[in-house]
Amino acid sequence: MTEFSFISGFSGGTLIGLATVLMILGNGRITGISGIVGGVVNREKGQMSWRLIFIISLMVGGAIYPWLWRQEMVVDVSAHWSLYIIAGLLVGIGTRMGGGCTSGHGICGLARFSPRSLVATLTFIASAVVTHTLVRLVTA
Amino acid sequence: MTDQVEQEVQVREGIPVANLLILVSSGILFGLGLSISEMVNPARVLGFLNILGPWDPTLAFVMAGALLVAIPGFQYARVMHKPFLAVSFNLPGKKDLDKKLITGAVVFGIGWGLAGICPGPGLVALNTWQTNVFVFVAAMLVGIWLHDRVLARFS
Repeated sequence: MTEFSFISGFSGGTLIGLATVLMILGNGRITGISGIVGGVVNREKGQMSWRLIFIISLMVGGAIYPWLWRQEMVVDVSAHWSLYIIAGLLVGIGTRMGGGCTSGHGICGLARFSPRSLVATLTFIASAVVTHTLVRLVTA
Repeated sequence: MTDQVEQEVQVREGIPVANLLILVSSGILFGLGLSISEMVNPARVLGFLNILGPWDPTLAFVMAGALLVAIPGFQYARVMHKPFLAVSFNLPGKKDLDKKLITGAVVFGIGWGLAGICPGPGLVALNTWQTNVFVFVAAMLVGIWLHDRVLARFS
């Protein structure tokens, strides 16, 4: 169980929002991580460098966090490795089929009042809640 | 300018410095935001999905903080003729709610609900060098490839 933290959640959220605003107003693009990664997997011609630069910068942001924020990055991935294979496959297939993930639909799409993104966001949150609840009930 | 022409220009001339600065600063801010909000930690995300309790509302505050900044930005973009540093906006054109959108969101939700990791946090969490994060990201890349190169051809 993690302690609820309003300040870190809210301030981290505003930085994420700022990142998407810079991208749309500056470069005219949606900051959708699954879409950006998808273009790299598909080796889209002439579209590789900006995608890779963004992905590397995203990871650099995480790398500088510990010394900037003076806090260790905690990532609890203590479940069995097979769960991460299944989950990763489903996340990859699902985000591409649905045309976006938490960033593209959940933040950019909602921010531009896209009905498709609203439906997608409500659907994947509901699906995730049901999945997690079923897992908890089964493993209890 | 069409996408084709724009792509050729980019290939020939590389990415202009101004656009590069946007990419780098946006990426770093996004990675920092995910880290600070602790959304890189699957335990936080699963805590939000845990409606049977104890419930962790942090994710809702992350979304609220992000939308508070993103909504004015994206709404301002709507009234602009073009972005500050590009010839045109590159936005999704689809408007209809099709079966693929719903099915995809359900499938993504199952994966997200199982591990508590979505694409952005997965990539940022690689910084912890834990095997299971690499397993997740590798499987995600395979999933993307499977959909785009195999499944998409049958629909």
